[in-house]
Amino acid sequence: MLSTMRLRMLRFIVCPTVLAGLCATFLTVMPLWDARAQEFATIEKNFSQHVTVKKLPNGLTLIVCNRPEAPVFSFFTIVNAGSVQDPKGETGLAHMFEHLAFKGTKDIGTTDYPAEKIALAKVEQSYAAYDAEYRKRVGQDPTTLKQLKAQFDADTAAAEKYVIPNQFTQIAQLNGAVGVNAETSNDATQYFWSMPANRLKLWAYMESDRIANPVPREFYKERNVVMEERRMRVDSNPIGYMIEQFLATAYVAHPYRNPGVGWMSDISQVSATEANTFHKKYYVPSNIVVTVVGDVTATQAMPTLEKYFGSVPTGPQPAPLATVEPPQEAEKSVTLKEPTQPFYIEGYHRPAYLDKDDAVYDAISDIMSNGRTSLLYRSLVRDQRIAAEAAGFSGFPGSKYPNLFAFYAVPTPGHSPQQMRSAIHAEIDKLKTQGVTDDELAMFKTRARAGILRSLDNNQGLAEDLGTYQLRYGDWRMLFQQLNKIDAVSKTDIRRVANQVFTAKNRTYAMIEFAPSTPVKPASDAPAQPAHAHQGGR
Amino acid sequence: MRRRFATITAIICFAAATFASAQNIATPSQNAVGSPSPWTSWKNVAIPALPAFHPQQPAKIVLKNGMTIFLQEDHELPFINGFIIIRGGSRDEPAAKTGMVDLYAQAWRTSGTATMTGDRMDDILEAKAAKIETDGDTGSTTMTWTSFKQDFPQVFGMATDLLLHPQFRADKLALAQQQEATGIIRRNDDADQIAVREAEILAYGKDNPYARMPEFATVQAVTLADLTAWHDRTVSPNNMIVGISGDFNKLEMETKLRAAFDSLPRGVKFVPTPVTFPGPTPGVYLAQKSDVNQSNVWIVGLGTERSNPDYYALSVMNTVFSGGFGSRLFQAIRTRLGLAYSVYGAYGASYDHPGLFYVAAGTKSVSTVAATNAMIQQIKELKTTPPTETELRNAKDQLLNSWIFRFDTPGKILRQQATLAFYGYPADFIEKYRAGIEKVAAADVSRVANQYLHPSKLAILVVGNAPQFGTPLTTLGPVKTLDITIPMPAGMQQDPMGKQ
Repeated sequence: MLSTMRLRMLRFIVCPTVLAGLCATFLTVMPLWDARAQEFATIEKNFSQHVTVKKLPNGLTLIVCNRPEAPVFSFFTIVNAGSVQDPKGETGLAHMFEHLAFKGTKDIGTTDYPAEKIALAKVEQSYAAYDAEYRKRVGQDPTTLKQLKAQFDADTAAAEKYVIPNQFTQIAQLNGAVGVNAETSNDATQYFWSMPANRLKLWAYMESDRIANPVPREFYKERNVVMEERRMRVDSNPIGYMIEQFLATAYVAHPYRNPGVGWMSDISQVSATEANTFHKKYYVPSNIVVTVVGDVTATQAMPTLEKYFGSVPTGPQPAPLATVEPPQEAEKSVTLKEPTQPFYIEGYHRPAYLDKDDAVYDAISDIMSNGRTSLLYRSLVRDQRIAAEAAGFSGFPGSKYPNLFAFYAVPTPGHSPQQMRSAIHAEIDKLKTQGVTDDELAMFKTRARAGILRSLDNNQGLAEDLGTYQLRYGDWRMLFQQLNKIDAVSKTDIRRVANQVFTAKNRTYAMIEFAPSTPVKPASDAPAQPAHAHQGGR
Repeated sequence: MRRRFATITAIICFAAATFASAQNIATPSQNAVGSPSPWTSWKNVAIPALPAFHPQQPAKIVLKNGMTIFLQEDHELPFINGFIIIRGGSRDEPAAKTGMVDLYAQAWRTSGTATMTGDRMDDILEAKAAKIETDGDTGSTTMTWTSFKQDFPQVFGMATDLLLHPQFRADKLALAQQQEATGIIRRNDDADQIAVREAEILAYGKDNPYARMPEFATVQAVTLADLTAWHDRTVSPNNMIVGISGDFNKLEMETKLRAAFDSLPRGVKFVPTPVTFPGPTPGVYLAQKSDVNQSNVWIVGLGTERSNPDYYALSVMNTVFSGGFGSRLFQAIRTRLGLAYSVYGAYGASYDHPGLFYVAAGTKSVSTVAATNAMIQQIKELKTTPPTETELRNAKDQLLNSWIFRFDTPGKILRQQATLAFYGYPADFIEKYRAGIEKVAAADVSRVANQYLHPSKLAILVVGNAPQFGTPLTTLGPVKTLDITIPMPAGMQQDPMGKQ
């Protein structure tokens, strides 16, 4: 579920031409170029006529895009808060809240909300008591802990009596919703699904209700589910584990160093009270863009959407993050020895997405990585045959803040991570000294144009793009206007940026080396006390 | 294999998700004061009727030589996309050359044609933001292409050239073999990948073409002559279905296709290799993996085919059992017991062979046996506890209300018609589906659950770290440990450190 516009585009765009003799081809392409620029402008103009943006008095932004291909629509809600906003000691909280957003509201998922509310308050009370005893470094009393745990269990059971499990999601699915899901990235949290067009009002009710009135029911069970998610994605997956270590090494201060799913000890001790606090602070209307694309007209839909989304209570805009990653002054590395095949990744710090050179990074990753004409494929995969896959990409592990431009390679049998490293560096050196060709640059631009156009052909992807661009740039039109920045990228820019960023002291790398012996991963996640491990799973 | 690397990329991208800017959004703060809460009851939200929808069906043309063509105009964007599905896939390759069709599909495109290398094709196509790709599947191989409409003549010309005049090249076969070898040597790195593979092997049998795995030896056994022979055997007009969608005029396109394909001689009809499906040997199977703290539990057996008249009742049964957040399996394993993040299952139905019946979950090592028992319990209850009125209505609502997403884009409709034609299903299969589901009663679900589900005939697979299980797996029955060691060819003694 996690493609950003950029990552998706890259898949469509890109791939340079390496052959020197292509000048003739290039020249014959030139006249067409103008025609295509014209065509692009026409499509942009037509498309724009179908998009309506409205900022509601409470600060929430609505986008409606009419695309009446079939009587269906897709929505995309993006909240400008992601894992980066996890409070200290509560990593994984933004993601945990994303799970809670499927647990229902004061109206949905309960047989009796007033009674449930009281019962849930009791759960929080007894959890706090248990947690206080549990976290005691000195003087923890096993008997007290056991009693407090029993009380917590009893209160949890009492609260569960009011729950209609999964009712929120079930209502959506019974009404024909498909692709019901959400994702939490470092930079934002997003919710989406597609539905038949006659369910627009029902969706508007449900979506605004869960933004305004989420109820953290079954929180501690869901916490176990999230711990399983971590075991699946990180603990039991060598590459997931390596990436976690890589990021924790590359960053020293900025929260990009923390895994989005959270450190196990943090997840296993987070409370519903903390999740509520997170929601109050970050799920304010001015932090949210809701986009609907499909068989929906603004004239008909806006009154309904305004009624529901306009009622989300307003709140103060949360303060932007203060922490800035300090410059890296020396190369850093992590080497894992695992009973698993070797792997290599390295990353270089680069500025955030609003940097003037953002499109230059796009050009570099496209020319280096995209498809069988890419420099890394041709060198490492096709010619040297030392890698099965090799690529470079940026915006890792997010884009909103200064992030990494990363390169990785998957060695073929018999080849080492060290060889990947040398081969990648050789390609980077060529980029720094020789730069790219005119053909390669032209190819990047053509593919960027095509990629933007191709992204217009499905409701869900379009909703994601419009919402994301609106949130990122304050104007969804950047979806098209980014082309100006792309067209402005020069060969000089590419060499300049490569020389500036791809330096040894700005680099962090991680590798997996095969080790037949078995590293022992902890069987149970958590904090050393068995009582807790038992209770929380992890 | 390529699939494996996609996984690696996906993992990296997982961490790489979104962007956003706080600073750009102004904040007028004013509450919606005075207006009453709009969230009084979701049940009162009116749902109007869905407008009638008659999507445009593709035009179907059958040439005299047997080639079937579907054309779907779609003028939204200035692109033209095409595909060709060709009968014959990995199911039909010799066992001693398992992996051949995968190698063929890679080397076909990367090798290029008699007059243009694959590398040269890459240069020309990528400069136009166009693509031509080839791929292999169990029952077919495919060629796909996409380009701006202005580039269609050239790109289609190149695709046709590749279809009719490929020239397989030794260096590209070697490259594909190396890709394949990388997939083989890495296939035990990820527990989930082991689980899916071993589950299929248990259900279908290790020599069954739907489950067998390429090995170093079978991949190395493939020669250039094999690829050419496979191409000659499969590529003939009567074994192909062509589909084109995009910004073109149907009649003009038909003329172009006739010019390209009408003169091709009819070839020998491709007859798929017969395959038998005895079903799994029941029991408990363990694939030991010491570097994980979570078990992948799979309970597997054989499913059915879509042509089965009980397909509709089984679809409703699936939805009651495992169709989403409201299903029994999800409610029990994830919501009530909190034993898994990932839990899913289905009585699978394929077009032309029995699908897989599977119930799967990932659970922390110590709850392996508890989760397995809970999953078995759910299968048993499906037989003993018929769906309630509500469950039945919910399942049917879910299937019927989401039905429109099977044909909500011109491209999907085109793909679907081509698929139905490929497997010899009636063109109105999708419409019939709706009627079929509407007719299903609770008694039908009970009947099919009892007729098709046999807990004693299922295999239980656990991929996990046995010393951490707490309750031993033997409480489920005698345990057979699977040997998942990768056979290394003589002379390629593994130096896993990868030192040169």
